[in-house]
Amino acid sequence: MLYSEVVMDHFMNPRNVGTMDDADAVGEVGNAKCGDIMRIYLKINNDIIEDVKFETFGCGSAIASSSMATEMIKGKPLSDALNLTNKAVTEALDGLPAHKIHCSVLAEGAIKAAIKDYYDKNGIEYDKNMFKEVDHEHAH
Amino acid sequence: MKVYADNAATTKMSKTAIDAMLPYMENVFGNPSSLYTIGQAAAEAVYSARETIAKNLGCATNEIYFTSGGSEADNQAIRSAAEIGAKRNKKHIISTTFEHHAVLHTLKKLEKEGFEVTLLDVHENGIVTPEQVDEAIRPDTCLVTIMYANNEIGTIQPIKEIGAVCRAKKVTFHTDAVQAAGHLPINVQNENIDMLSLSAHKFHGPKGVGALYVRKGVYISNLIEGGAQERGKRGGTENVPGMMGAAAALNEAVANLEETNARLVKLRDRLIEGLLEIPHSILNGDREKRLPGNVNICFEGIEGESLLLLLDSKGISASSGSACTSGSLDPSHVLLAIGRPHEIAHGSLRLSLSDENTEEQVEYIISEVPKVVEYLRNMSPVWRDLQEGKKNYVIQ
Repeated sequence: MLYSEVVMDHFMNPRNVGTMDDADAVGEVGNAKCGDIMRIYLKINNDIIEDVKFETFGCGSAIASSSMATEMIKGKPLSDALNLTNKAVTEALDGLPAHKIHCSVLAEGAIKAAIKDYYDKNGIEYDKNMFKEVDHEHAH
Repeated sequence: MKVYADNAATTKMSKTAIDAMLPYMENVFGNPSSLYTIGQAAAEAVYSARETIAKNLGCATNEIYFTSGGSEADNQAIRSAAEIGAKRNKKHIISTTFEHHAVLHTLKKLEKEGFEVTLLDVHENGIVTPEQVDEAIRPDTCLVTIMYANNEIGTIQPIKEIGAVCRAKKVTFHTDAVQAAGHLPINVQNENIDMLSLSAHKFHGPKGVGALYVRKGVYISNLIEGGAQERGKRGGTENVPGMMGAAAALNEAVANLEETNARLVKLRDRLIEGLLEIPHSILNGDREKRLPGNVNICFEGIEGESLLLLLDSKGISASSGSACTSGSLDPSHVLLAIGRPHEIAHGSLRLSLSDENTEEQVEYIISEVPKVVEYLRNMSPVWRDLQEGKKNYVIQ
């Protein structure tokens, strides 16, 4: 099989899929031209991610990576979410094929983009270097 | 329900093909180059297989060379024409933008070796015209190579007319007929074809066997050096069971061609009609001039690989031209060649039917695909933006 059982489970039964009308932050990475876009919605209270939703246009591993990444940050402090790496997402998915690793990079990027949006909206200062990876070119 | 609808990728072997092969594995296992009885019996089998293939293409027995498949036949045809062209200082080759990679990648390599390649536009309908070929031919053109029918969108090219143009200008004409052999009536004489590639597993024969037709008088070189097999043009002990399976499969496919196609066209048309009911979907390739079993449709706002995985979970085997199914970041070069934008090409679905498919299966596909498309659209940020009017639909 191309994908692990965990990937297939998260693809067939994605967690946290959908939108959020009262989101405190939204992050999006990717490009339809390249065949994948991820959008992450966050509900944040006292620096804790109370709820998270995602929408993804992309392949099986992109959807599974989005689902797993949202599970990994739900209920966690923003500082934990900022430290989420694509490697951790890939490991939690029990691995991805080599040419699909960029999907997990996108998931990491989408979360960082959402947190950056939260900081920007609320005038919270941050080190700009933290978000230098939030662009699709890098993800590929 | 199980529905295998990826017959352009490969087909299930027919009982006829399997039965034709078995004796050459179990009993007549001799090497055709050997002198003793079972060797010579195998040699006779190879001759009969060659004869059968020749008969079904309308050529002479000694104009057929067996290969390992379509890709090898394409490589050998193009390399041979290039080799002879280079000797005559003719280093220009004409082809199209939507050929199979066995052709395109060989041409890429030849470009690095100093050849000039002109790739003709195939227009939105996926068909190149004889006039385009005529205009592109130069005094230094050594080869025109144009596929008979496209493997992704199924469009059928005006081969006979293109062949006539090449014949008139004395340029060698090769056609990659991997998707056409056994599916469309072919006569290499009437259609002015100098070289033709075919592959047995596309018409219910075995994998690993193909053939290259080379008109008498047209030069070919060998890719594989070795013994005297294939009249010295391809060394290596013959795949006798494979050749027998290929011949039996082609013979059967050609014998039933009219009947099969009459049925397939109905199934195909019902499938196209049913799937185009899905909003913001579009058929890829000419509506009429396409292979009897080919359906290729783009759905806006979704990506093809996830579509295939979900269809597989419903028992439907299909194919897509999305980047993620190709292992690269670009979607199908064929869909780009007919002018589909990248984001649309990612959302393509190819269903290729064979005589094994039934009306019930087609109705099942028509009932399942819309559900899967809707499910994926509901989780797609691209679709949301289209629905909310933030972006304009590409497919109306």
